[in-house]
Amino acid sequence: MTGDPRAISMTVNGREVTLTVEPRVSLADALRQDLGLTGTHVGCEHGVCGSCTVLVDGTAVRSCLLFAVQAEGTAVETVEGLARGSALHPLQEAFRRHHALQCGFCTPGVLMTLVELLRADPCPTEAAVRDALSGNLCRCTGYQPIVAAALDAATVLAAEAAP
Amino acid sequence: MKAPPFDYHRPASLDEALGLLAGQPDARILAGGQSLVPMLNMRLAAPATLIDINRVDGLDRIEEGADRVTLGAMVRQRALEASPVVRRRLPLLAEAVAQIGHPVTRNRGTVGGSLCHLDPAAEIPAAALALDARLVAASARGTRRLAMEEFALGMMTTGLEPDEMLVAVELAAWPEGHGAGFAEFARRPGDFAMASAAALVALDGAGRVDAVRLVLGAVAATPLRVTEAEAMLMGRTPDTTLIAEAAALAGPCVTLEDPQAPLWYRARLATAMAKRALTAAVGRADRKRVAA
Repeated sequence: MTGDPRAISMTVNGREVTLTVEPRVSLADALRQDLGLTGTHVGCEHGVCGSCTVLVDGTAVRSCLLFAVQAEGTAVETVEGLARGSALHPLQEAFRRHHALQCGFCTPGVLMTLVELLRADPCPTEAAVRDALSGNLCRCTGYQPIVAAALDAATVLAAEAAP
Repeated sequence: MKAPPFDYHRPASLDEALGLLAGQPDARILAGGQSLVPMLNMRLAAPATLIDINRVDGLDRIEEGADRVTLGAMVRQRALEASPVVRRRLPLLAEAVAQIGHPVTRNRGTVGGSLCHLDPAAEIPAAALALDARLVAASARGTRRLAMEEFALGMMTTGLEPDEMLVAVELAAWPEGHGAGFAEFARRPGDFAMASAAALVALDGAGRVDAVRLVLGAVAATPLRVTEAEAMLMGRTPDTTLIAEAAALAGPCVTLEDPQAPLWYRARLATAMAKRALTAAVGRADRKRVAA
C-alpha cells in the first residue's frame, strides 16, 4: 500500500543516506529517530515555534511540517552540519560570545534560520534580523543577545569572505 | 502530535494528479503544507490520501498579461514577495503577502494553498477578492473559472468539486498610478489577523475617486466587500473626513467573534483597518495625467 513504509534517499549534511519511513513521519522525526540527529528540536509540532527549522535545498523550512518522503532526493542541512570539524561555525561562536542562549532548546532552529538569512543577505540590518527571527520563539533570552550575535557573525563571515 | 496514517502520492504531472484525484473519494491536495500539516498533526483532518503536488511541473509560474496577472497555484508566498511583476502590477498583493506568518513559513506556503484553505483571517483571499480574482479549477473532466464569490462559499469551504484542483488564479492588474493599501491587526506580527482591510483606489485628473475597492478580512466567514463604502467614495475627493466616514461603514459588517475579539471590539478594529488601508491607498494613488 502507498501508506506503508518506503525507502527514501536524501543528502543530510553532505552525506547520502537511505532510510525507510512511513509517509506520515515528519522530516524532523526522521532526522531525530532514524538518523540519530537529535540537534533538530521538536517543540510545537504545528509550525509555530521554529525549533525544528532546517534547510532543504538551501531553503529554511519547518521540518515538523514537511514529511520525510517529501524530502526525497533533496539536500538537507541541520545544525549538526554547521561546525567545521572541531571548530564552531562563526554563528555558533558569536552565540557563545554574546550569551545568545540559555536553555538552548530554540537554538538549532534559530541558527538555521540565520544561516539562510546570512547567505541571502550577508550584511543584514537589525530590522532584517528581527524579521527573520519573528518565527522563532525563545523564552529565555529576550532576543537581544541573539540579534547582537547574528549581526556580529555577519561581520565575521563578511571578513572571511573578503579576498 | 503526529499525523494519522495516509496513502501518499506524488504525481509528476497535472494529468497524473487529476487522475488520482478523480479516483480517490477522500483525498486532499498537499501544497505548501503550512496549514494542512498542522491540521493533520492535531488530528483535525484525517484524509485517506494525500496528493503531493510539490513536484508537478508548471504550477509555479507568474505570467503578466495586459490587464491580468496569472499566478500558478504553487507559487510560493516568498516568491510573490520577490517578484518584480507582483510588486509593479499587484502592489496590494505584495503588501498583503509580507504580513502572512513568518519568512520561513512563507518559504513553503503557496498562493493556491492559502486560497483553498480559506481561513477567514488569511491575507491572500482578501486581496484576491479586491483584485476580482478568477480561480482556475481543473479536473479530469476539464477546466472552469470561478469568481471569488462562487469560490469562497463559507468558513474554510470552497466551491471546488471533490475531483477538482485549483491550478491558477487570475488577478486584475489595476492601471499604473493606482494606489493600494493592506492593513491588518494582530497581537504579534505573524499571528492570525483579528481584522484586516484591503483597499484599491484610482483617482481622476481632478483628484476624485475614479475606481475603488474595499475588502475586509477576518471579520466574517469569508472576505467581505464593503460596497456601501465604495459607493460613498466614488466621484468624490477622498479627504480625511470622507475616508473616516467610509471606513465607519466597515464596523457593522463584522459577524465573527471570539473571546480574543468580541463583536464590538472587532468592529472597531475593522473600522480602524479600513481607514488605514484607504488612507494608504489614496496617498499612493496618482492623479491621472490629463489628456492634452
